[in-house]
Amino acid sequence: MKSITNFFASLGSNVMSAVQKLGRAHMLFFQMVMGMDEILRRPSLLIKQLYYVGVLSVILISLSGFFVGMVLGLQGYYTLSQFGAEATLGVMVAASLVRELGPVVTALLFAGRAGSALTAEVGLMKATEQLSGLEMMAVNPVRRVLTPRLFGGIFSMPLLAAMFSMFGVLGGWFVGVGLLGVDDGTYWSQMQTKIDLHEDIYNGVIKSIVFGVVCTWIALFEGYDSTPTSEGLSRATTRTVVHSAFAILGLDFILTAIMFGE
Amino acid sequence: MYEDDDSPLVKIRNLHFKRGSKVIFAGVDMDIPRRKVTAIMGPSGTGKTTLLKLIGGQLRPDQGTIEFDGENIHALKTRDLYKLRMRMGMLFQSGALLTDINVFENVAYPLREHTDLSDSMLERLVLLKLEAVGLRGARDLMPSELSGGMARRVALARAIALDPMMIMYDEPFTGQDPISMGVLVKLIPSLNEAAHISSILVSHDVRETLEIADMVFVISNGKVVDSGTPDELHDSSKQWTKQFIDGLPDGPVPFHYPAPELEEDLLGK
Repeated sequence: MKSITNFFASLGSNVMSAVQKLGRAHMLFFQMVMGMDEILRRPSLLIKQLYYVGVLSVILISLSGFFVGMVLGLQGYYTLSQFGAEATLGVMVAASLVRELGPVVTALLFAGRAGSALTAEVGLMKATEQLSGLEMMAVNPVRRVLTPRLFGGIFSMPLLAAMFSMFGVLGGWFVGVGLLGVDDGTYWSQMQTKIDLHEDIYNGVIKSIVFGVVCTWIALFEGYDSTPTSEGLSRATTRTVVHSAFAILGLDFILTAIMFGE
Repeated sequence: MYEDDDSPLVKIRNLHFKRGSKVIFAGVDMDIPRRKVTAIMGPSGTGKTTLLKLIGGQLRPDQGTIEFDGENIHALKTRDLYKLRMRMGMLFQSGALLTDINVFENVAYPLREHTDLSDSMLERLVLLKLEAVGLRGARDLMPSELSGGMARRVALARAIALDPMMIMYDEPFTGQDPISMGVLVKLIPSLNEAAHISSILVSHDVRETLEIADMVFVISNGKVVDSGTPDELHDSSKQWTKQFIDGLPDGPVPFHYPAPELEEDLLGK
């Protein structure tokens, strides 16, 4: 009887702490968005974050995009050539990239590189009392530290996803046209004809904006809410990557269902 | 700016505060006078830093009020609280310097945030503040290049950048070598005197603190157990104060953390 009571007590306490954490995360998001005027007043704060969050991720994203495109080109060619449809390789590569792989893989890589760095940075600022120090200097750390990072992430993600897709298309072209002999003109013209600006590209951009908001929000919240110890920080960084991955994949399904569902 | 000269700068009444189930303060009353160095002492873990955070409005009490210069800190709106904090400075135990900017920029930070001073005026002010703590020559160093004592002095220059009414020092002597300790012991009262500010000093370094404090509060188990001038505390008849001031290993605060009898632990029941 006692173990059943304990089970329900611990279940209740876990659910309560999860709900409280969710509440804190939403409050923080609201405060970060309300601090938007700070980046209008000081655009340099945003530019600095665009560099750290976005520009420093460019090489990783471009290279990954190129390799993913090469694999798509290779796999696509083998499958399509069985039906004599290798001419549509360009469409297959581009559609896969701009609709799905571009936004999703970019967001997963972003969570691993920029997301974990944001959590560690903010968590360390908390552990070394820099955030408290800002508060006591009458500077709101949410507006000054977190808001520019949030918008840096939101603006960077669609641009990074676009670069991923661009390099992916080039990777597919390199394998398909350069190595496997698909016709160059067909590769590009099929792509140009079949890829729709609204249906494919805009939807991909919307996805990457949503992923940008969610990934950066999770990373900043985990850093800001972390226990200021080395163990707490290590757990927070892990949670950022794991929660972001789940959120990206779950949201991708929901967004795809809404965008492309009948 | 002062409400009137005799009223306490910080007035704490019936302060209660808990962290989880642990009671930190259970009815603390305290009057912190203006333009004096007031020390709050007590063993580690008694909530001295928590008290500073409560005074700074970074934490909310469960019960009771804290007034700063006549204003109830926890009844203020966020915007007014931030405005009020411009009249307070705080020196954190770690220094809490921003690690991505150099010494000069750290001290200039609050001035850039809250004033529209020209660059030349700002530079002069920052250099004067750094001169006051003896680190004008270290202006171009990064925080990672500073020793612990230097970092604390830079943080002190930053804390006085906006000419606050009050500075709160969180364990300023902890982990300092004797020279840095001597520098801080000299700096704190001289800054207090020169700038006509009030200081709250949280520490468990008895000798250094009693040397510079005008008024001392000793806290333990969530309450103020003794208060007075350093001389009064030296002469105090309270066992607890005697143990703390003289650093006796056993007394009202036992040497042993509560535990079952040793025989019981070693031999089993």
